[in-house]
Amino acid sequence: MILDLRNIFKDYNQDKLVVPVLKDITLQVEEGEYVAIMGPSGSGKTTLMNIIGCLDRPTSGEFLLAGTDVLALKDKELSNVRLNSIGFVFQSFHLMPRESALENVSLPLSYAGVRKKERRERALKALGRVGLEERATFMPTQLSGGQKQRVAIARAMVNNPKILLADEPTGALDSKSGAQIMELFQKLNEEGVTIVMITHDKKIADHAKQVYHIIDGEISRETGEEAHHEEEKD
Amino acid sequence: MFENIRLSFKGIWSHKMRSFLTMLGIIIGIAAIIAIVSTIQGTNEQIKENLIGSGDNTVEIALYQGDWTYEMGYEGVPAGVPVITPEILKQVKEIKNVDNASLYLSRQDYGGVYHLNTALSGGYVIGADENYFDTCNFIIKKGRGFTEKDYKDFRKVALLDKESADALFQGEDPLGKTVEIRREPFVVIGVVAKSKQFEPVINTMEDYYTYSQDSAGKVYVPDTVWPIIYQFDEPQNLVIKVASTDDMTNAGKEGANILNSYLNTGDDTIKYKAEDLLEQARQIQELGKSTNSMLIWIAGISLIVGGIGVMNIMLVSVTERTQEIGLKKAIGARRSNILGQFLTEAAVLTSMGGILGVVSGIVLAEIISKVSEMPVAISVPAAIGSVIFSMLIGIVFGMLPSYKAANLNPIEALRRE
Repeated sequence: MILDLRNIFKDYNQDKLVVPVLKDITLQVEEGEYVAIMGPSGSGKTTLMNIIGCLDRPTSGEFLLAGTDVLALKDKELSNVRLNSIGFVFQSFHLMPRESALENVSLPLSYAGVRKKERRERALKALGRVGLEERATFMPTQLSGGQKQRVAIARAMVNNPKILLADEPTGALDSKSGAQIMELFQKLNEEGVTIVMITHDKKIADHAKQVYHIIDGEISRETGEEAHHEEEKD
Repeated sequence: MFENIRLSFKGIWSHKMRSFLTMLGIIIGIAAIIAIVSTIQGTNEQIKENLIGSGDNTVEIALYQGDWTYEMGYEGVPAGVPVITPEILKQVKEIKNVDNASLYLSRQDYGGVYHLNTALSGGYVIGADENYFDTCNFIIKKGRGFTEKDYKDFRKVALLDKESADALFQGEDPLGKTVEIRREPFVVIGVVAKSKQFEPVINTMEDYYTYSQDSAGKVYVPDTVWPIIYQFDEPQNLVIKVASTDDMTNAGKEGANILNSYLNTGDDTIKYKAEDLLEQARQIQELGKSTNSMLIWIAGISLIVGGIGVMNIMLVSVTERTQEIGLKKAIGARRSNILGQFLTEAAVLTSMGGILGVVSGIVLAEIISKVSEMPVAISVPAAIGSVIFSMLIGIVFGMLPSYKAANLNPIEALRRE
């Protein structure tokens, strides 16, 4: 089991008010799965993703990532988990504007202490995986939205993480580019990458093998429709 | 590390105007310090050079009574001051870094030296030993020097310097002519000069009083004929030549100590002393020191102000780059990575300011020297030190913004879109 969250609660303190955001979330994801978490804005899905991504800590609960109790880890060890086990993809890409595509993809490798020559090789390979090898020297401003997102995916994949976390990966893209990104996810998943994707878009969520709904901080697994969807695909 | 330096240059370059304005405080501070230090250094070197002359490296040791050279009275050399024998001289020559040492006798003679009816008033008569001209770096300009035979046969021969030749012969060729010293005729066999003529640089009246050299002429005779002219013994003077200017003080002290060890006068005030020009130079330099250090302090304050400017801009830059920091943390940057990146950026920024400051400081110093005719000497250690110091300013004042960046909460940072 790659993700094992049990009874996760998360409260935010607003002034003197305690606002519960996540209520008793239990979620298990096996290696190689493709999971979508759906929910309207304000439902707590981004908070859940931050917790899964080791950017935030729950108020209470248990969280094992590939068998490691990440809640017991210190700040520095959490950085290492983010570096080596998790790849992030964001809605607004978050590319370094003054760095070329290649340099953007190399960034995690430099934090991992990889030598310059190997960094270049591996970054080029990752760009190849998303089909942008020829655009390696392009600056983000010279790339289209879809291409930017593919560079971001290459950056997320360059350290061969166990899990790819995507927060509204198609939210800022037109439908054609969005479809390309979904194809890419499909391909990566077929290559064995575990994907957890957060979205509010039903069509996008339908690309996943497994869909969860999160409403008002409570999670539920989609059953009937999802089975129907699988059948339809077969 | 190199990655961080590369990123810093990129960041600085993409905000050229802002970076330059941020650096300005550092540039002005460093430029002021370099200009001040250069002028101080220039003045100090000139003081030293004016006093010591360039490359002569000779130290004079004479018998003193209290603070003044021993005045010859009726009683002659005081009892208990023995003759400096060749053995004692040999001891002096063995002092470390001493190249040569000579003995000479000297007397300022008013109205004792003539050529025909022309007097050399206030000139010096110097009885030199065989090494003297060598030790004091003289060269023969005309005629010949003293030979061994001149000394052995007590020949009444004389060498003149330019001043005495001019005063006595007024343009005539002095060679083979006769000068009269205390009614004894001496044949002029040559004209000598110091191998390096040194003219002190004199800018003010004060400089003139401090440095102007005695221009009374000198007449040199072999020291063996001295008793023919002057019927009683003079105290001997010693002149030693050392390898480099910095050896002068020590060699002079040691030489005086050796001579003093033979003294038995029963009068503590009578002693051999070395004329310590380095020490004199130091004392003159000391006079300007408090004003100078004041100026450096003021320039230092401007550096601190510059550092605060850097801190301010860095804080703004951290806020501006919140997203970048958040993303970097999300993809696995440790706190130390972020800290390193911002500290490097601050250090690179202020180091560049330091380098620009050194360059403008040198230009400023040159302008000062042109305008006010003050001497300037650019000090390489001061330049290197300034750049290192400005780098340290960057690190110190970059600390707070960098910590702020490193401790940013990645969620908060990413949320800002």
